Amino acid sequence: MSFFISYIMPLMIIFLQSLLVMIAVLLMAYFGIYADRKIWAAVQLRKGPNVVGPFGLLQSAADLLKLLFKEIIIPEKANKMIFILGPIVTCFVALSSWAVIPFAENWVVADINVGILYIFAVSSLGVYGIMMGGWASNSKYPFMGAMRSAAQMVSYEVSIGFVIIAVLLCVGSLNLSDIVIAQKNLWFVFPLFPMFIIFFVSALAETNRPPFDLPEAEAELVAGYQTEYSSTLFMLYFLGELAATFLMCAMTTILFFGGWLPPFNIAPFTLIPGVVWFMLKVAFVFYLFSMVKALVPRYRYDQLMRLGWKVFLPISMFWVVLTASFLLIFDIAP
Amino acid sequence: MFPAFLFYIFSATIILSALMVIFSKDPINSVLFLIFSFVNAAGIFLLAGAEFLALILVIVYVGAVAVLFLFVIMMLDFNIENIKKETKKFLPLGLFIGAILFLEISLMIYTPEIFSNEFRIIGRSYISNLSNTEILGNLIYTDYFLQFQLAGFILLVAMIGAIVLTLRHRDYVRRQNISNQINRESKASIELVDIKLNDRVNNDN
Repeated sequence: MSFFISYIMPLMIIFLQSLLVMIAVLLMAYFGIYADRKIWAAVQLRKGPNVVGPFGLLQSAADLLKLLFKEIIIPEKANKMIFILGPIVTCFVALSSWAVIPFAENWVVADINVGILYIFAVSSLGVYGIMMGGWASNSKYPFMGAMRSAAQMVSYEVSIGFVIIAVLLCVGSLNLSDIVIAQKNLWFVFPLFPMFIIFFVSALAETNRPPFDLPEAEAELVAGYQTEYSSTLFMLYFLGELAATFLMCAMTTILFFGGWLPPFNIAPFTLIPGVVWFMLKVAFVFYLFSMVKALVPRYRYDQLMRLGWKVFLPISMFWVVLTASFLLIFDIAP
Repeated sequence: MFPAFLFYIFSATIILSALMVIFSKDPINSVLFLIFSFVNAAGIFLLAGAEFLALILVIVYVGAVAVLFLFVIMMLDFNIENIKKETKKFLPLGLFIGAILFLEISLMIYTPEIFSNEFRIIGRSYISNLSNTEILGNLIYTDYFLQFQLAGFILLVAMIGAIVLTLRHRDYVRRQNISNQINRESKASIELVDIKLNDRVNNDN
């Protein structure tokens, strides 16, 4: 009995919590695709999905069913094991990062000391799914897509790391809830605005979103690393990418927009529960992501590398030093 | 009981995947197993209560070093038979290095008193009630500041060396200079000329 209380019960609770977070993320992905398509359609003066269900809301469900019922095709010369593992790794990594995201005060599955490092570590594994898929397909376009993706994700991780360090200097803790609480008086987007811009653009590059979707640039590489994938495996890539995109939206919200905190600490705003504010902010950042996709043309590969290494890296390093000196001179370091 | 159970799972997977690194036929599989054993090592760090080290291991080794490893191995074209012949030549050397490593590890396990307690970061965190990130920071940036800086400089020198070795300036490659492009004005490239009827544009300049 004591074994049940001390081990099985907590395990079951953790399992249920994780399941709940996963369902929330999948719902976000579901409506994310819909919102994405509607926003691009609006920018291009089209209607977007409007046939399946009211306002086309069931379009994503229809796409999901279509993908599920298709046949899984594995190329004859592919490395079967790694070919199947690739999308699974992508999806697993993107979903497992959500374990430490605080949706509201104390609404977090694992409130660990080093939450931000955990996210940074786990999201840096996302590149493996893409590289494994690209290599195992044993075909030219996927391989080139995977190579591009690896170089791109490794380069932009560096500037994301420096942005995170600048934020951490102002917080004094690696815990995500502490980062949100430190923004009680002032959201970090105001004092650290240049870092917000760098983080936003790097997040686009890190999740392979346009204008940095070179790994799957359809004009040159068919569909990049996904070329040989079909059915459920393709869906897992798609899902993993969307979950990673939403993770980056949540990270932007937590690092710069005060997470679950209301914009003003007075009556009508504080009545709304924190999780609503959090989701509204995530939705806002996702809207920005979609608008970028609709408005900006795709970067060329050398321009992408130049932006990462020659522009963002020096600026973010300089800003880290500046933030540290500022905090030290005015003696306001936490 | 439960942590011990997890420890045995992690260490068994580390040993198995380390063996697979050596014995698997495809170099790609070797690298993937190597990455898998890194991740499991991070799991053991977590069990020991060193969460900072665990995540740094994942970020640095799995997220960056092993990606480059995989990158290089995917690009190379291997001939497994040749590699096998080569390995036999280096077998004595490998055994020698392995023996030294084994000796060091067994020395550490059987005579722990020869290592001073200062290195025990995890032990410190239990005593001083700080998180091990803070203790590691204190240790590196106050007690061992000079050594840490020195390590940083060595890495800087290595980085500059790597850049110098690979940097070649090839004249036939056309490069884009973005500030030149932006600063270019219409005056520099376009000249407006009035042309009389039945006359030609003077192209001398």
